[in-house]
Amino acid sequence: MAKINMLQAINDALSIAMETDDKAMLFGEDVGHFGGVFRATSGLQEKFGKQRCFNSPLTEQGIAGFANGLASNGMTAIAEIQFADYIFPAIDQIVNETAKFRYRSGNEFNVGGVTFRTPYGGGIAGGHYHSQSPEAYFTQTAGLKVVVPRNAYQAKGLLLASIRDKNPVIFFEPKRIYRANVGEVPDEAYEIELGKAEVVTQGSDITLLSWGAQMEIIEDAAKMAAKKGISCEVIDLRTLAPWDVETVANSVRKTGRLLINHEAPLTGGFAGEIAATIQEECFLHLESPIARVCGLDTPYPLVHEKEYMPDALKTFEAIKASVKF
Amino acid sequence: MSNATSSTETVHRVSFLDKDSMNIPILKILQADGTTYEKAVLPVIDQALAEKIYDTCVFTRVLDERMLGAQRQGRISFYMTCTGEEASIIGSTAALDDGDVILAQYREHAAIRYRGFTTEQFMNQLFSNEKDLGKGRQMPIHYGSEALNYQTISSPLATQIPQATGVGYSLKMLGKRNLAICYFGEGAASEGDFHAGLNMAAVLNSPTIFFCRNNGYAISTPTEEQFVGNGIASRGVGYGMHTIRVDGNDMLAVLAATQQARAYAIENNAPVLIEAMTYRLGAHSSSDDPSGYRSKEEEEKWQMHDPVKRFKLWMMNKGWLTEEQDNQLYDKYRQEVLAELKVAEKLPLPHVDTLIQDVYDEPTPRLKAQLESLKQHVKKYPESYPNSAGRV
Repeated sequence: MAKINMLQAINDALSIAMETDDKAMLFGEDVGHFGGVFRATSGLQEKFGKQRCFNSPLTEQGIAGFANGLASNGMTAIAEIQFADYIFPAIDQIVNETAKFRYRSGNEFNVGGVTFRTPYGGGIAGGHYHSQSPEAYFTQTAGLKVVVPRNAYQAKGLLLASIRDKNPVIFFEPKRIYRANVGEVPDEAYEIELGKAEVVTQGSDITLLSWGAQMEIIEDAAKMAAKKGISCEVIDLRTLAPWDVETVANSVRKTGRLLINHEAPLTGGFAGEIAATIQEECFLHLESPIARVCGLDTPYPLVHEKEYMPDALKTFEAIKASVKF
Repeated sequence: MSNATSSTETVHRVSFLDKDSMNIPILKILQADGTTYEKAVLPVIDQALAEKIYDTCVFTRVLDERMLGAQRQGRISFYMTCTGEEASIIGSTAALDDGDVILAQYREHAAIRYRGFTTEQFMNQLFSNEKDLGKGRQMPIHYGSEALNYQTISSPLATQIPQATGVGYSLKMLGKRNLAICYFGEGAASEGDFHAGLNMAAVLNSPTIFFCRNNGYAISTPTEEQFVGNGIASRGVGYGMHTIRVDGNDMLAVLAATQQARAYAIENNAPVLIEAMTYRLGAHSSSDDPSGYRSKEEEEKWQMHDPVKRFKLWMMNKGWLTEEQDNQLYDKYRQEVLAELKVAEKLPLPHVDTLIQDVYDEPTPRLKAQLESLKQHVKKYPESYPNSAGRV
């Protein structure tokens, strides 16, 4: 088992997907010979040829529509949107077409073979347009699955499962930890089931829930809390749509408290949906209000990135407040 | 007849048009040695205009060289040069009135300089300090100034194109003898916004110049993987607008084309498309390394078409510039850029209170509460928020 970073794990998953499915195609801006601006598709055009792995013209709506067309005719479309901030020109194709292809045709047609990969998130001094976390725009769209990995191992297994899933998936990749996250990843193919959260650390006083790059933030906060004698149960949601209510609810029934952390702004963020569902499921078990530690309700800033971010210290403060409530 | 095509000829056997059906000439005025082509019709230009253009070229070269260096030293986070494309940008801006509104992509800082953006203003933006007009909210090179009619840069590609159509239309409705000029690359011309913007401009008679910098690459993607039609110019004709292709490294050709495009657009309330054939001599940005997708030989070939050098030779031929004056100009700007850089990098970053400003015209109660809570948190952990600590 080799130690590789998340980009290598993603590259590995893509390579396996292409090898094991000759109908799989990989495309997007700069993904061909250059291997993508983050090099996630490095070497894949050489391996699979220009017919299957190629640069698209610079048009996200075109990329998404083309992916829909491929998949509607039985192909496996793996499309890259270079930054999640640039997914919005494609939103008509994704929200009105990808998500509704099956439903609107009474299952005469479907585009379950589509996977959109896109790097998201801040912490890289990227300002408004290289930092956003737009997952909540898509979690409200029935028909799409939304998946976010937290590390290299998870990325490989979740991406392979996403590509092979019978439904369209938006796979958000935490670019802040693309290279920083290094871990043991099996060489062989494996899938991690979609729709299942993972309890990363067992605990008894409060449940901390997040996904993607924020997982290491809540794990840091959990360590700070442990020094104060607070035992945190840490959960990685992994799939946001459809999300694993049962695992989260079981944990909250045990701990009596829940904190949700995400980088996207607080208002309208996915934490609101989780909080509403968990208070329905676990009302009589809750010992404090469900806490949300999220981005501020501003566009993603540049010089005040540190101030904006729902970091470990803010999470730690919210843990203490929840326990003391 | 409602279907406004202009076929005057009827045929009775199948024959297709192809991309070579339209012959698009390229305007060239200035030769590599700084002389003009025989029979070339020159733009309107006197010594003062030529000097202002050349001054902007030199400033831009110096700025790009110094600030890419500053990025490499870790003093700023990001940079983009416009090296190789100065004639396209400056030659076109120099043809405009200061009341014409510029909507640029991101590689057009020479245009805002031509309009009067000061060295200090450049540095304040690049260092995101408290004097940055954009309040430190965007990455370096995202300049903007209402006073200079240069709309603030937005990173997403091509969004400015239909906006320019709207700006041009608004200038017409306000009764101004001004237009909008929109800069974009040949890669951005693949976005849906390009097609929407050009068609709307033609249909709605918006006085707008669409200026395409066809510089060969969209990050790593070469033009032959971007389109296979006859460049971007053929599309202008398709949308029914006046269109011209120029040598984008030829300052006089760009100036001439844009002067006449402007006159036509204002007189007729109509859009014009200019396709400037040029080459991005530098990397896409400081985050990019072109050695992964193009050869040194190709870059060297284009170095020989350096637009600034060509214009310099013309200036010298006219007796408007000497080598000594040229050296003095470079020295002046090297010193000025360095001096302003040293001032700007020491200025404080914008105050944390600015974080919630301009989300709306006034901060909402919820935003105010979020800021207050943030400040309490910063007070508790000042060492973790060095930009705001001591100022909350």
